[in-house]
Amino acid sequence: MEHITLSIKNLDFHYGKLHVLKDISLNIPHKQVTAFIGYSGSGKSTLLRTFNRIYELSGNPRIAGEILLDGQDILSKKYPVDTLRQKVGMVFQRPTPFPMSIFENVAFGLRLHHAMEPSDLEERVMWALNQAALWDEVKDKLHNSGLGLSIGQQQRLCIARTIAMKPEVILLDEPTASLDPLGTRKIETLVEELCKDYTIVIVTHNMKQAQRISHHTAFMQNGHLVEHAPTDTFFNAPTHEETKQYLIYST
Amino acid sequence: MDNIIQDPKEPISRRARRRRLTNSAATCFAYGALITALSFLMWIVLSVIQKGFAGLTLDTLLQMTPPPGSQGGLANAIFGSLYMTFGAMLFATPVGILAGVYLTQHTNQVLRTASVLRFLNDMLLSAPSIVLGLYVYEVYVVNVKHFSAFAGMMALALIALPIMTRTTEDMLRLVPFTLQEAAYGLGATRWEVFSKILLRISKTGLITGVLLAVARISGETAPLLFTALNNQFWSTKLGAPMANLPTVIFQFAMSPYADWQQLAWAGAALIMLWVLALNIIARSLSSSSGPSY
Repeated sequence: MEHITLSIKNLDFHYGKLHVLKDISLNIPHKQVTAFIGYSGSGKSTLLRTFNRIYELSGNPRIAGEILLDGQDILSKKYPVDTLRQKVGMVFQRPTPFPMSIFENVAFGLRLHHAMEPSDLEERVMWALNQAALWDEVKDKLHNSGLGLSIGQQQRLCIARTIAMKPEVILLDEPTASLDPLGTRKIETLVEELCKDYTIVIVTHNMKQAQRISHHTAFMQNGHLVEHAPTDTFFNAPTHEETKQYLIYST
Repeated sequence: MDNIIQDPKEPISRRARRRRLTNSAATCFAYGALITALSFLMWIVLSVIQKGFAGLTLDTLLQMTPPPGSQGGLANAIFGSLYMTFGAMLFATPVGILAGVYLTQHTNQVLRTASVLRFLNDMLLSAPSIVLGLYVYEVYVVNVKHFSAFAGMMALALIALPIMTRTTEDMLRLVPFTLQEAAYGLGATRWEVFSKILLRISKTGLITGVLLAVARISGETAPLLFTALNNQFWSTKLGAPMANLPTVIFQFAMSPYADWQQLAWAGAALIMLWVLALNIIARSLSSSSGPSY
């Protein structure tokens, strides 16, 4: 049987009176890429934001159902949110480098949770920048501001910052939406590389991107999970009428 | 409908003429208002400089306030003003900053505490300073039965506090929320997001806020009249009345003695220079870096 990292069961989500997610159930397989596609406002980003409980920061959220990470319900009040966010990292639509050096950006999360020896910290930062395919470009300017990098490099810096925590899951919320084709290509290559070590969930508007890099694709509409299948099956033989419509509109 | 745009060779229509006339009149009016406002300001500045700097000597900074008819300076009043301003900011800065943080971080709760608090803070911000002085008088001075520097500090702190709260909130709102989200996403706690991200980005703005609050309370007279009162002598005691520039200016300018009046002008010039300097520093700080992310 397939190894499951995240198991979502009967998830319902409201922002105030707005019913954003309606009875979502699905499994996110271990060390594979799962892509969420759908129209704007379909709830795909909100779903992603439940996996690390970052939705708690805004609005007036109400959530019901279960999300199991390694068998434990992360929605339970007993599940410490800082532990969760170490295990489930997130990269946002626009790069969010902190106003500090490249090194400090990557070390930021580590310093919060671990009292590491300086040499260990340095080693981990180097490793993370390497994994994020950024090391060669920044190795001579680790102590320059992270804000001086190109947008594409900034986004890889944010990925490095997430990887440095050695998470189990990496959430990518439209990570290439603000990048040019070259920057996009680099992130996609990186994702293909990273899924050997991490479970990856990506939200994208780019159909081709989902097709290129994901193993599983899920289509959402109006808060419902319409279709969820291995990517090949999803694009070649969609079973739902709504999915077919969406695929036609978007290509 | 084929010829809406007017041919430049045609004589202009009545409507077009009226629009141009209105525009010229409004422009003239705006310039006139600007010149009126600026000329009064220049008049004030020039008369303070002219009369104040005439009597400004080293003695003004080093001597105590004199009895009528003898030589003296403003040393005790200058010290008192700086001392009480410093004390007030020592309280208002941390409390105001933390209150401002609360207002930015608790905006989306069901209980509308933040909006209620923001409204109250805005009321405090626009409350006449004499009301705040009266409050301290009633609550503190009447109970301990004497005027004191401490009471003066309390009154000034109450004026500076809502300014600090408001500036902090405004400055923190300039920090993109996504940046905070990213820090929370790495498992940072609220305090860590504040101290490592928000404070770091908005520190110049907060320093500017402190300087502007200092400038604001430096010239306050009314609340000091019934809290710190005044003191002819050098005093550093928190529990005793303390001299301060605004009250000395008030007392000396109203007096019939020419040398006292001269000192009052000198004091006015000093306050004006001080406030001017604070504003220049604040302005250059905020233009040089802004929110530095």
